[in-house]
Amino acid sequence: MFVRLSAAIAALSILGSAALAQGAKPTDPQIAHIAYTAGVIDIAAAKQATTKASNKDVKAFAQDMVRDHEAVNKQALDLVKKLKVTPEDNDTSRTLSKQAADKLAELAKLKGADYDKAYVANEVAYHKAVNGALETQLIPSASNAELKSLLQTGLKIFQGHEQHAEQVAAKLK
Amino acid sequence: MRPGRYRLAMAALLFGTMAVPAHAATIQITMQDLVFAPAEVSARVGDTIEWINKDVLAHTATARNGDFDVTTPPKKTVTSVLKKAGSVEYYCRFHPNMKAVLTIAP
Repeated sequence: MFVRLSAAIAALSILGSAALAQGAKPTDPQIAHIAYTAGVIDIAAAKQATTKASNKDVKAFAQDMVRDHEAVNKQALDLVKKLKVTPEDNDTSRTLSKQAADKLAELAKLKGADYDKAYVANEVAYHKAVNGALETQLIPSASNAELKSLLQTGLKIFQGHEQHAEQVAAKLK
Repeated sequence: MRPGRYRLAMAALLFGTMAVPAHAATIQITMQDLVFAPAEVSARVGDTIEWINKDVLAHTATARNGDFDVTTPPKKTVTSVLKKAGSVEYYCRFHPNMKAVLTIAP
């Protein structure tokens, strides 16, 4: 519980502080990169889960994550193309990717019910952290209206995922 | 409020067929930006619901009491016929923050 909570808080503060460290709010090209990266991370975690998970609800949840995040990221790519914006790599994206790679390696060592629980717990914490960052940092900082609107829809989707993950987690207990 | 029902009834009369029960209506419920609209719908047993998914995501309309569970692929419309009366709360299994109510009269 403590580990889960502190992981969520750490991810949140990293998103917040990396943006603050630049002395200004993130730009649209950076926001697009962060949002896309956050999706890629969850897809990678879900793909690992579709092969490693043993519980059928966990497997189904992972498939839902792959499908939804791929659909959202496709929309994001279509939008940046339309707006002629090139997503810009940044410290927040790099920190997120590094953290996610570590988490993926940690989860890879687990098996069976232990893996299922750890994956779903991380999904709850991860979506919570991303939703917090969307609400407090990314959406308020976005200047393009279409980008802002896509992020707002993304927030609703990911809030749905957070609730879905909580339901799956509750059933595993 | 229910022009669809009236038109259907007229069509049944005009074509002189009772293949479609005169009272059966078709009601549209859209799923867009993770919202069921209208959020509250009144219908009758035998009515058809057209579930119109305008999102790029798959959704479900899943009754909490188990009376129905419809899956709508992205950008597709799926129809279902109401079989049981009751005030039914339903939600999307993939995005449980999507919630609405269907009140079905006998």
